[in-house]
Amino acid sequence: MTQFERPEQQGLYNPKNEHDACGVGFVANIHGTKSHTIVAQGLQILTNLTHRGATGYDPKLGDGAGILIQMPDGLIRDEAKKLSIDLPVSGQYACGLIFLPQSNTYRTQCEKIITDIIHEEGQTFLAWRDVPTNNSNIAEAAKAVEPKIKQVIVGQGKDIQDQNHFERKLFVIRKRIEHSVKKLGLDDPVQFYIPSLSSRTIVYKGMLLANEVDTYYPDLKDARVTSALALVHQRFSTNTFPAWDLAHPFRMIAHNGEINTVQGNVNWMRARHESMQSALLGDDLEKLWPLIVEGQSDSACFDNCLELLVAGGYSLPHAMMMLIPEAWSGNPMMDEDRRAFYEYHAALMEPWDGPAAVAFTDGRMIGATLDRNGLRPARYLMTDDGLVMMASEMGVLQFPEEKIIKKWRLQPGKMLLIDMEKGRIIDDEEVKKELATHKPYRQWIDSSRYFLGDFPKTNSKAELKETLLDTQQSFGYTQEDIKFILAPMIANGEENAGSMGNDAALPVLSKKPKLIYNYFKQLFAQVTNPPIDPIREELVMSLVTFIGPKPNLLAVEETKPTTRLETSQPVLTLDDLTQLKNISKLTKDAYKSLVLDITYDVKGLKKDDAYGMKKVIDTLRQDALKAVKDGYNILILSDRNQSKNRMAIPALLATSATHQHLVREGLRTNTGLVVDTGSAREVHHFALLGGYGAEAICPWLAYESMNAMTTDHALAHKNFIKSIGKGLYKVMSKMGISTYQSYCGAQIFEAVGLNSQLINTYFKGTVTNIEGIGIEEIAEETMRIHQSAFGSDPVLANALDAGGEYAFRVRGEEHMWTPDSIAKLQHATRTNQYTTYKEYAALINNQTKRQMTLRGLFKFKTINQAIALDEVEPAKEIVKRFVTGAMSLGSISTEAHTTLAIAMNRIGGKSNTGEGGEDAKRFLTLDKDNTLANVIGLHLIESDIKLKKGDSLRSRIKQVASGRFGVTAEYLSSADQIQIKMAQGAKPGEGGQLPGHKVSPYIAKLRFSVPGVGLISPPPHHDIYSIEDLAQLIHDLKNANPSASISVKLVSETGVGTVAAGVAKAKSDHIVIAGHDGGTGASPISSLKHAGTPWEIGLAETQQTLVLNRLRGRVIVQVDGQMKTGRDVVIGALLGADEFGFATAPLVVQGCIMMRKCHLNTCPVGVATQDPALRKRFTGQPEHVVNYFFFVAEEVRELMSSLGIRKFNDLIGRADLLDTQEGILHWKIHGLDFSKIFFLPNIEKEVSRRNTEVQSHGLEHALDNALIKLSKPALEKREKVSINLPITNTNRTVGTMLSHEIAKRFGHEGLPQDTIQITLNGSAGQSFAAFLAQGISMELIGEGNDYVAKGLCGGRVVIKPPKAFKAKSHENIIVGNTVMYGATTGESYFSGVAGERFCVRNSGASAVVEGVGNHGCEYMTGGTVVVLGNTGQNFAAGMSGGVAYVYDEDGLFAKRCNPSMVSLEKVETQQAQPKVPQHLNQPDEVILKMLIEKHMKYTESPRAKFILDNWDKTRTQFIKVMPNEYKRALNELHASLTKEAA
Amino acid sequence: MGKVTGFMEFDRISEQNIPPQERLKNYKEFVLHLSDDEAKNQGARCMDCGIPFCMTGCPINNIIPDWNDLVYNQDWKNAIDVLHSTNNFPEFTGRLCPAPCEAACTLNINDDAVGIKSIEHAIIDKAWENNWVKPLIPTYKTNKKIAIVGSGPAGLAAAQQLARVGHAVTVYEKNDRIGGLLRYGIPDFKMEKTHIDRRVKQMEAEGVVFKINQNIGENVKHEELTNNYDAVILAGGAEHPRDLPVPGRELNGVMFAMDFLPLQNKVVAGDKLTHQILATGKHVVVIGGGDTGSDCVGTSNRHHATSVSQFELMPQPPVHENKELVWPNWPLKLRTSSSHEEGCERDWSVTTKSFVGENGQVKGIVAARVEWKDGKMVEVPNSEFTLQADLVLLAMGFVSPQQKMLDLFGVDKDQRGNVKATTEGKDAYITSKAKVFAAGDIRRGQSLIVWAIREGRQCARAVDEFLMGTSTLPR
Repeated sequence: MTQFERPEQQGLYNPKNEHDACGVGFVANIHGTKSHTIVAQGLQILTNLTHRGATGYDPKLGDGAGILIQMPDGLIRDEAKKLSIDLPVSGQYACGLIFLPQSNTYRTQCEKIITDIIHEEGQTFLAWRDVPTNNSNIAEAAKAVEPKIKQVIVGQGKDIQDQNHFERKLFVIRKRIEHSVKKLGLDDPVQFYIPSLSSRTIVYKGMLLANEVDTYYPDLKDARVTSALALVHQRFSTNTFPAWDLAHPFRMIAHNGEINTVQGNVNWMRARHESMQSALLGDDLEKLWPLIVEGQSDSACFDNCLELLVAGGYSLPHAMMMLIPEAWSGNPMMDEDRRAFYEYHAALMEPWDGPAAVAFTDGRMIGATLDRNGLRPARYLMTDDGLVMMASEMGVLQFPEEKIIKKWRLQPGKMLLIDMEKGRIIDDEEVKKELATHKPYRQWIDSSRYFLGDFPKTNSKAELKETLLDTQQSFGYTQEDIKFILAPMIANGEENAGSMGNDAALPVLSKKPKLIYNYFKQLFAQVTNPPIDPIREELVMSLVTFIGPKPNLLAVEETKPTTRLETSQPVLTLDDLTQLKNISKLTKDAYKSLVLDITYDVKGLKKDDAYGMKKVIDTLRQDALKAVKDGYNILILSDRNQSKNRMAIPALLATSATHQHLVREGLRTNTGLVVDTGSAREVHHFALLGGYGAEAICPWLAYESMNAMTTDHALAHKNFIKSIGKGLYKVMSKMGISTYQSYCGAQIFEAVGLNSQLINTYFKGTVTNIEGIGIEEIAEETMRIHQSAFGSDPVLANALDAGGEYAFRVRGEEHMWTPDSIAKLQHATRTNQYTTYKEYAALINNQTKRQMTLRGLFKFKTINQAIALDEVEPAKEIVKRFVTGAMSLGSISTEAHTTLAIAMNRIGGKSNTGEGGEDAKRFLTLDKDNTLANVIGLHLIESDIKLKKGDSLRSRIKQVASGRFGVTAEYLSSADQIQIKMAQGAKPGEGGQLPGHKVSPYIAKLRFSVPGVGLISPPPHHDIYSIEDLAQLIHDLKNANPSASISVKLVSETGVGTVAAGVAKAKSDHIVIAGHDGGTGASPISSLKHAGTPWEIGLAETQQTLVLNRLRGRVIVQVDGQMKTGRDVVIGALLGADEFGFATAPLVVQGCIMMRKCHLNTCPVGVATQDPALRKRFTGQPEHVVNYFFFVAEEVRELMSSLGIRKFNDLIGRADLLDTQEGILHWKIHGLDFSKIFFLPNIEKEVSRRNTEVQSHGLEHALDNALIKLSKPALEKREKVSINLPITNTNRTVGTMLSHEIAKRFGHEGLPQDTIQITLNGSAGQSFAAFLAQGISMELIGEGNDYVAKGLCGGRVVIKPPKAFKAKSHENIIVGNTVMYGATTGESYFSGVAGERFCVRNSGASAVVEGVGNHGCEYMTGGTVVVLGNTGQNFAAGMSGGVAYVYDEDGLFAKRCNPSMVSLEKVETQQAQPKVPQHLNQPDEVILKMLIEKHMKYTESPRAKFILDNWDKTRTQFIKVMPNEYKRALNELHASLTKEAA
Repeated sequence: MGKVTGFMEFDRISEQNIPPQERLKNYKEFVLHLSDDEAKNQGARCMDCGIPFCMTGCPINNIIPDWNDLVYNQDWKNAIDVLHSTNNFPEFTGRLCPAPCEAACTLNINDDAVGIKSIEHAIIDKAWENNWVKPLIPTYKTNKKIAIVGSGPAGLAAAQQLARVGHAVTVYEKNDRIGGLLRYGIPDFKMEKTHIDRRVKQMEAEGVVFKINQNIGENVKHEELTNNYDAVILAGGAEHPRDLPVPGRELNGVMFAMDFLPLQNKVVAGDKLTHQILATGKHVVVIGGGDTGSDCVGTSNRHHATSVSQFELMPQPPVHENKELVWPNWPLKLRTSSSHEEGCERDWSVTTKSFVGENGQVKGIVAARVEWKDGKMVEVPNSEFTLQADLVLLAMGFVSPQQKMLDLFGVDKDQRGNVKATTEGKDAYITSKAKVFAAGDIRRGQSLIVWAIREGRQCARAVDEFLMGTSTLPR
């Protein structure tokens, strides 16, 4: 492959995995006045958004940028004239920009197709214009695939009635051209592509840097090019491969975000083929298919769908509301009409779900909308002369302050619309009101809807065909299904939690027959989009499901609505299912259901015929198709007839096979698909059935099983349904999907151990990377399960199979950690016996008898001569590559945590803090022998440990996780490496919770929280919703400690390689690839088992993708996940790792015996507990851990010597030294194919395969360099300094490097307040004043963007509007989203409104602000927040500490607040409030008034003045938001102090 | 899983014993099983470990956490079902097993192990009391005939397993009662023999035919077995005792433990013996510090010996093992048996040099102290001493199976004289001779009852597979 080609799928690299995010913006004149200035301003926005993009290995190689403008009639007319063409009037001709192939032959072919089709569709081809371009400054790689760019000019045909009709025709022409060119199968590096073909708009874009668009297209500098709007976009792709066609804007949109459900959406669009009809498009509709071309980006698919809806007759805002509806079901504030609008359209179109800021235009209107959860930034302003400017951040375009009349932001789910024909801005309320009242949606729904739950109860029974035990066995139930799955759900209404990692055999390696469900792994969001918190942000979630046919999508002018059958969640009761069977009677034939029996006779089945399963599935598909054609519109796949004589097709297989077949036939939306199965019992099963197309599922055997376990059947069923619902929320939200409707059919899974033939036949579109079993083995497993159920096995005569997945059981599933392996490892390390270690290693490494891991099936290829052991790099060098896992003090005891740190520092490796801060006492290196208790504090240590001179207790890796516990400037400054935890192997895409009883005073101190108050880690980092956000956080952390390397931890799943490439481009120095099997202190068991893939796959994909992208040299790659032996290390190195993480094994060395009770705080060996009595039992010693790592290194050396490799570096990336172990006898594994894992990208030798260089972070451009210089007197002599400078949005993370200088010198205490006073004028870039240290006061006159004062740790931040700005501060936005995230101490005053998620996870800082967006004070654990204006919805969700005071002017605050963890109280007068206990030991009135007074003093806010002036009245309008947990803790604290005093 | 915090709340409770002065009056069992509440609290202490080390510590892989939990929840009926699913004879092991499971118990790392054996004991006693132990009569017959030689725990376990899957099993026992070492090696005060009788009855109902007084090679020809049966299992134990060939060995009163102990059992069983050897009024010296030695001590005390001494060649083990380096394995440590509590002088690092006697009757023993250096024994100079002895019981273990029968069958033997057969793979438990299998001490050498049960069960599966092609019997 040459440097410039866009690689095809190879090895584990798949171009489909590419993600992007971006900066987006527009500028428009409300009145439609065209000017060239607008175009220039658009380009200016692009230039100022450059930092939101990225470049590849070549700094000139951007990811693409572009601009969409109105048709520049002046230019096109003149240019046409030069070609001797007189254009018709504007609007009656179209001009399209076309990317053509480089080859002349191909180009001529394409051009002919274009002109022919224009002619065939009755329009006039007028001319070709060669578009002038200047490629002198673009990267070589972009140049190599640079298309020939031409414009085609088309005249309106005779039959065209109006411009809309013309546009529709142009759309048809374009689609036809695309289809025809595709059929040519061009073999040209350049993709044929039509950026736009319209009479209204034109797009200029390409593989360009943001600031180079007009250099490349001189047209754009031409004064004849005028427009009333300019929509611009700058792309940040995770890959570096040049792709001209992937640049935005598309024909109607520019998109910043990611559509998580795209696979499902595209499938559903295809499924609608047969049912779709359009009055407007008529016969032309058929010409559009395939509507959505395969292999496009999610944004392009979305654009295709939007075009169709608009062409089909929906208005642009109407179509946008259908595709990206706001959260309506859980919003108490929404008016009825609008709710009805959304509810009605929900049946028509499933949401295109995911974080999104979409700017859209058809050339007459321009607007933007934001996803339901507000996960992308979009700010806008308006001037008094009719300009509107919207962009991902403020400051990208300067306007005189006095001309600005409004500064605001797009709010979650809201729309901004400018109608240039009407010459005005139509706000969200108005647009939606008009659409919502346009038709009687509520009435339509009421008249056409059936609720499943409304039908009369029938008291249905499952009616088992055999005994319960046999039936359970026939569906593969084990004792663990009862004990770990069903029982906890019945008891607690939620899924059980477990701990430690998954060390059981992979399903495809297991000797026990497994259900097909187990071969699928849940996908999850990491980096490129955020997971959602389905508990705290439940308002955006919905499980509503429609059963039955979907209405015609393009029935725009419909007056009689189609009937709908709805249920609130997809788990059906036995009654529900009975009713579906009788649905035709219940709905007067509106619905007709048919049960398709998926069981079949086992008599005479033969093994070599896959036990007849293939044929039965084929028949099922035929039957389903026929049923739909016969008018059945609900199909029920049922295995209730399973018996000794009848065996079921696995329900998932039957479901997906049927669903996909109906999709392919274009008939899927004509029917509903319901599954009635005995197999479904855990969350993962329901997620899979839904993900592969089931609209609802009836788990009949789960109900029967529960009946046998309890007396209160109704309660058990209810709790079970609740548990599954919660679990589905979790599974959906880990991918960032919020509605079941979008999740249904979205196939958010990958397969591990299934062969491509099986996947392509029944699960098409699912990734499977290592092949594996096929339909024959699935049938065999199913048969084995069936036979053992009805056979004579005495073990199964009276009991279920033991299982052994979740805990080791004799005769259960194989585990790597066995009594023997644990004992041998402990004995070896305690006695320093290498021979015993080797026995241990043999138990793990030799998997010829017990197969558990993929690497267990690998062997080494001896290409080189073996060398003598003493020629190999010494062990003391190798151990430096070892690190221990991120386990927080909190999940493990102080003793265990420090022991690891001491050991790792002794060997020159690295330990990791985990998420939870670190005691500053640990930062110093010991100057004499000592003991742990002496260093940390006698009362804090239960088991003392001897320390030697030179020991250090410092964790060299400091983790930054979503909770940001204890993350301060000092903490970050003490790091050698800062690790951003994007995901965790045990529960990727999920947050965590440290229950109150584990929060000891010591832990509370380190985490800046209240003892006894539980702490929540959110699922996402609230400052990382996309790859560009991650780049920003990396930049922030680099500023917080320029000498530390920045690491990003990812979890292995398909596509992780591409994400890693993006992370490398985002300038991470270090990437961790964690396996799915990593450990945890607590995680839902379905996540432990069913999310993520083995690291062998993820690491190999990462290595291959980074090498292909030429980015591998820039980063260090680390791998972890059940790493246990030297052989594991060598395999990791060969697959591409520089470093290796170990967690469970060193814990075992310290005494862990895999109790798997970490989440219960009852660890009997003092490792994973905070109980002082149990911590006394801790016996780990640093020496043991040191011994372990040297043993591992020694084993590595032995392997290196046998491989003939002297230097460890020479192992890295040598996958060619690996091969598959032959001769392992196991009926399931013969189909596995590791060739993709062992694949080496064919690329020039010079391209690095391991870490060889360092990233350039560009800190030299930081404003802080000047600040530090000017602060020298303060830093060196503690003298006061004051600084005054201008600032713009490209000055990012201002104040952070300066804070690092302070923390380095003075620790967390910092300098006395106001020692360094800084005043800045302008719009600050992102992360203004992040991690601001004590002693710095920053005043910003202007505005801030996102992440202001995140991690604030002692400093003061004041932001106020310039004097010239005349609008009211509390009605205008002044800072962006996620302000003060994770702040620990310090104070902020913002004279204006803040965006979404203000003070998320604040744990001690105080803030005054004049209004906030949604999710204010979410997860807050401490501090004080004063809001002098409106809040958004979901205020105080998950808030466990601190207090917020909200000025509730309209009296509606209670509706906007999430009451689940807080109480709302009045602010009493100082006199009236009881003395104890009080927040901050002061009366509320005193705190509140003091903060508002300070706010007035610092910002001169008129709002503050008004409130203070009318204090007697305004005080009573304040509401105090008091967390219940905090109140309880304060009371307990008070009680204990009183007791002590007495 | 018992109670989450049970191990922190409840202590280990040992089973109560009837005090020595009381129990020495008879040969009845003196260990009282736990009360329901005690058992419940003991069950609560089980932590339901992620890795239950007890399960692999136990040779028959008892599913200990599950029945601990069931007992905690007082679900005794299910508890016995789970217990029986791995163990044919919990009443034997619940009384006699040294409980390697408890050594492996996770609580034993830094606390007292869960009283697993006492819970097992309570479960099976309750099961018999409630008549929950029923014959499991097979619903079909395979028409395959199997002969089992020996009715010790290995033979009995194999017989029961095979009978339950429909085979016709005949057990050949050379003694006059069924049970092997359980019957005549274990004194009644450790296990009363009605337990064996009950099981035999159950097994007869399940179809097992027991033949007593059938000594292969003596009154039964081995060909009778090989000719008439589809498979033969040799489960005759390892009965050849280790001797002490020193001067005076020939004296009267110097005898093997197994020439002494069975006689008392027969008396307890109601046999009238003319020549029972009694320790009454004698100075008894027991040579060998193991379980058989203990049984000699207990029996001698019940005979009212004048004094009882016990010698052990090895040094006295430590009272506490170094758990850090030993757990979860079986530790070498000082063990004081109930028989020792009843009165006994114990001495370690003692080697016997000769026996001295008068008129052919032993009167004393000459011994000396030894030291162990790098695994080698060195006699301490000038450390000789003598001790009065009227009865010397040699309890130094068993060397091998009796060889005669093995030679008749012509099976290959290992270096120690045991029958050669592996335990894994498709040839598990089969000897060098077609259709002849071996299980228990006869194959592995002297060992625990629980190992014998394991081998009996596993061998049964091997035989079933051999006869039927497949087997559903658990290993």
